[in-house]
Amino acid sequence: MKVGGMQDQDVIREFLVESRENLSRLELELVDLEKRPKDAPLLASVFRTIHTIKGTCGFLGYTLLEKITHQAESILCQLRDGRRDLNPPLISLILETVDAIKKILTSIEQSGEEGPDTFAGVKGRLWNAAQAEPDPEAPVADKAPEEKSTEDTAHAQTTTDANIRVGVGLLDKLMDLVGELVLTRNQILQFNAGREDPSLNATSQRLNLITTELQEGVMKTRMQPIGTVWNKLPRVVRDMALSLGKQIRLEMDGAGTELDRTIIEAIKDPLVHLVRNACDHGIETPDCRAKSGKPPEGRLTLRAYHEGGQVNIEIGDDGAGIDIDLLKKKAIADGFLREDAALKLSDREALNLIFHAGLSTARAVTNISGRGVGMDVVKSNIEKIGGIVDVASRPGEGTTVKLRIPLTLAIIPGLVITSGGERFVIPQVNLLELIRLENDSDKRVEYVHGAPVYRRRGSLLPVTWLNTVLGLKPSEAGEVVSMVVLQAEDRQFGVVVDGISDTQEIVVKPLGKQLKGVNAYAGATIMGDGHVALILDVPGIGQRSGLLAESREQTRAAAERKAEPAAQQQRLLLFRAGSFTRLAVPLSLVSRLEEFPRSSIERAGGHDVVQYRDRILRLISLQTVLEPDCLGSAAEPADPVQAIVFNNGERSIGVVVDQILDIAEEVVTVRQGTARAGLLGSGVVGKQVADFLDLTYVIRSASEDWFRPAAAPERTLKILIADPSAFSRGLIRGGLDMAGYSVLEAATCDETIAALERYSVDIVVAASALADSLRAHNEWQHIPVLAPGDFDREAMLHSIAHLAIATSNQQELQPA
Amino acid sequence: MTAQFSTFFVGGLFFGVDVRSVQEVLCFQPMTRVPQAPGVIEGLINLRGQIVTAIDMRRRLGLPVRPEGESPMNMVVRTTDGAVSLLVDEIGDVLDVDSATYEKPPENLDRQAREIIRGVYKMQDRLLLVLDTERTVDVAAIAA
Repeated sequence: MKVGGMQDQDVIREFLVESRENLSRLELELVDLEKRPKDAPLLASVFRTIHTIKGTCGFLGYTLLEKITHQAESILCQLRDGRRDLNPPLISLILETVDAIKKILTSIEQSGEEGPDTFAGVKGRLWNAAQAEPDPEAPVADKAPEEKSTEDTAHAQTTTDANIRVGVGLLDKLMDLVGELVLTRNQILQFNAGREDPSLNATSQRLNLITTELQEGVMKTRMQPIGTVWNKLPRVVRDMALSLGKQIRLEMDGAGTELDRTIIEAIKDPLVHLVRNACDHGIETPDCRAKSGKPPEGRLTLRAYHEGGQVNIEIGDDGAGIDIDLLKKKAIADGFLREDAALKLSDREALNLIFHAGLSTARAVTNISGRGVGMDVVKSNIEKIGGIVDVASRPGEGTTVKLRIPLTLAIIPGLVITSGGERFVIPQVNLLELIRLENDSDKRVEYVHGAPVYRRRGSLLPVTWLNTVLGLKPSEAGEVVSMVVLQAEDRQFGVVVDGISDTQEIVVKPLGKQLKGVNAYAGATIMGDGHVALILDVPGIGQRSGLLAESREQTRAAAERKAEPAAQQQRLLLFRAGSFTRLAVPLSLVSRLEEFPRSSIERAGGHDVVQYRDRILRLISLQTVLEPDCLGSAAEPADPVQAIVFNNGERSIGVVVDQILDIAEEVVTVRQGTARAGLLGSGVVGKQVADFLDLTYVIRSASEDWFRPAAAPERTLKILIADPSAFSRGLIRGGLDMAGYSVLEAATCDETIAALERYSVDIVVAASALADSLRAHNEWQHIPVLAPGDFDREAMLHSIAHLAIATSNQQELQPA
Repeated sequence: MTAQFSTFFVGGLFFGVDVRSVQEVLCFQPMTRVPQAPGVIEGLINLRGQIVTAIDMRRRLGLPVRPEGESPMNMVVRTTDGAVSLLVDEIGDVLDVDSATYEKPPENLDRQAREIIRGVYKMQDRLLLVLDTERTVDVAAIAA
C-alpha cells in the first residue's frame, strides 16, 4: 500500500515531523536510560515513543520502517518486563536503529519511498538480539503496548488542543509584517510629535503600546529554547566518550533559555563542534585523570543564561586545559606567528590562536577532531550573527568557551547619529559610551605623532572622525562635538560624529548585493520620517580607519595598565648591588636610608649588626642573597656602607647595597615576569630597565625570624590579595608579610571566591576591578575589602589594622 | 513574433527592458546617499518598507551627468538580487516590437555601454536599445 494525493501528503508530512520529534526525544531518553537502567517510568516512556512510531509506520504502509521499529520494540518490551538487563551494546544497537529510522525518514521526505537500503545489518542484529532471550511470553507482551497506545492518543489529544503547529514561513512573514508595523508606528509618532491634537495623541499612544506588545509577542513565537539544540548533544557526547574510551558526564544548565530561531539555527553547528572538541581534546582519559588526581569521570558543562539583552552560552570542561606554550610553538612551526611576536603575546591573546584556521594542537589527528578545521569556522559563524567568542583556559583545570549571542537579529536597539548631514545608526551592542568633546577644555582630542587620541579615564583611546572614514564633508571646526566610544573585536575606539540624536528600536534590512563590497554598513533601516538610514558596521568602520588593524598592541598595553592601577604610578628607590646595576623597590616600603662606617659593623649571633638608635640592627648583604655563588668575586667593600632600612614596626633590618642611585616617580611601562629568585620582574624606569626586588624573599632568606612577630597574636590575621597582576600582588605582599600577616593571593574573581570559601579570610586587599565584583557578592559582605589606590604602605597597614579591629573586637593587633 | 518592452530615455538614448521584469515606475524619490559606495549608486530609496538601491543610468552608461535641477525617474526592475531602481531621464511607452528587427549591438559601441546593451531593435523612426538588467545592476562588474 502506498499513499498518495494531497491530503495524504499532508498526513505524511505530519508523520515525518512527529516522528523526528519522537526520535530526538528517544535519543535523549536512551542516553538517560543508560545511566539509570532501572528507571521504570523512563523505560516505559522509551517504549511508548518507539511504539508510537511503529504504529504510524504500519498505518501509512512503510513496511521496512515497521519491521525495524518492531524489532526494537520487542527488545524494549523485554527490558521493560524485566526479562533482560540493559547494557551499553544494547543501547548502542537501539541508537543505531534510531539512525536507520532517521535515514529512512529522510528518504521518505525526499522521494516518498523508503529507499533502496534495506538496513539488513541492523535488522539482522536486532532480530538476533530479540531472539537471544527465550521469549515465550511475547504475545502477552505485545498486548500491553496496545493499551498504552490508547492512553497515548488520549494524552496526545489534550496537548494538540493547547498547541497548534504553525509553519515557520508564516512566522517569518509575521515577523516581517511586525517590522513594517514598527516602522509605521515610528512614523506616526514622529508625525504626532509635531501637532497638538489630543485624540490623535491618544490614538498614537495606543498604537505605540499595541505595536510594542505585538512585536514582543511575535518575537516570542519565534523564540525557541536552546534545549532544542542541546537535545542531540547527550547522544554526541555518549558516542564520543565510548569511541574515545573516556568517561564524560554532560551537565546542562539553562536549557530553557530562549533564542530567536534564526539564531538557534546559526549556533547549532558551532555548538556541536565545541562539544566534540571538549570531549576529544579537553577531557582526558580516565588513567590520565587519575594521575592528576581528578575523578575518572570528566565533566562537560553547558550553561545558557540571559545577560544584558544577550544570551551567554558556556561550554566548559574540567579537562587538561590548553597548553599555551604548545599552542605558541605550534603556531610558530606552522608559520602563523613569528617567534618574537610570540613572546609579546599575552596568555589571552595566545589562547585566541586556536581560532586561527589550520591550527590544531591535538597530538593525534583523530576522526573526530584535531584537523585544524573548526574553531575558525566557529568564530566566524558566531561573529556573523553579531556574537562574540571568548576562551578561558587554565592548565590542568579545564577550558571554557563562552559565546555571547544577541537574542534576535531582526529588530535591534541602535543609536541614531548624524555626520556630514546624513543620519546613521550604530548598533547598541557596539556602543560603550558617549563623550562630549569641548575644544577649550581638557576634554579634547590630542595628538600622538599625528595620531588622534583621547584620554579616557587614564588610558589613551584612538580616535577617528566618521566624516573622514566615510569621505563626507567635514564638520566645522571649533564647535562642540560628540564622540561615541565603540567596541569591536575586543578593541575600543572613539569615533567623532557631528551630532547624536536618540536611541531607537530599528528594523534591520539587508542591503542589495551592489553594496556588499562596501564594508562600512551592516544594513539599512527606515526612520520615522520614512527616509532610509544606514546602519554602521562597527568592525568595518574600525578597519577602514585603520584602528582595528594597527591599534591592537596599543590597546592591549592600555588594557594591561588599566588592570594594574595599584602599580601605575609609583615612587621607586633605585640602587645597585653586585652585578645588578639597577634594582628597584617601592619607596613606600622603605623606612630609612642609612650610611654606616665600616668600622661600626660588629658581629653578633653569626650576623653582621650595627648599633642603631639604641638598638641592634641586623645587616644583610643584598649581593650575598641575590648571588650567593659569586661571593668571592665581590669588589672591595665600600666605606661607609650604604643600607636600606626596612621596618615592620617592631624590628628593623638593614639591607646593604653597593650604592643608592636615585628616587624615581613615574609610570612603570613594560613588565616582564622572571623566574629568578629574589626578583619580581623587570620594568622600564626612567627609560632604563630596572629589576624589581622581591623584598619578601630577600629578607626571609636572610632572617627566618623576621616574619615571626615579636609579640605573636593568638591568631594571625589572614589577608587575601586579589589582583590580576602578579607584580602588584608581589608588591603588596611584601608590605603585609613584613607586618606579620598571613597572606593569600588570588588573580581572578573566581580564585578570590574560591579562596574566600576555603579559608576564613579576615580582610581582602583587592585591585579596584576585583573589588567591585567582590562587593557584588552578598555572601562576602561581612569581609572588609580594601582597594589600595596608590601604594602607601603606612596608610594601607593602618587601615588594615583598623579594619581588623572592627572585624574581631577581641583581637589585639600588631601596631602598624 | 513580437516582444513587449517598457521604454525610457537616458541622455537622448532610447532604451527598453522586458516589460515583465519591470516592477513599477515612480517619480523621483527622496534618497539616502551611501558614502564610499561605487559612484553609479545614487543612493537608497524606501519603497513601501523595502530598501531599494538606485543606480544612476547616466553614470552606468558613461554618459555626461544629469543637468542640475532635472529630477530623474525611478524604473524599478526585478532582478535575481531583488528589486533595483534604475534612475532614468524620462519614461516612455510600452511598445510591441517585431523580433525580426532585432540585431546585435554594433562593434563600434562604447565598451562600458556594450557590456549592458544586449541588442538593438530597428524601429521605424529610431533605434531601441535593449538593456540587460542583470548586468546593469551587477555593479561589481564595472571595476573588473
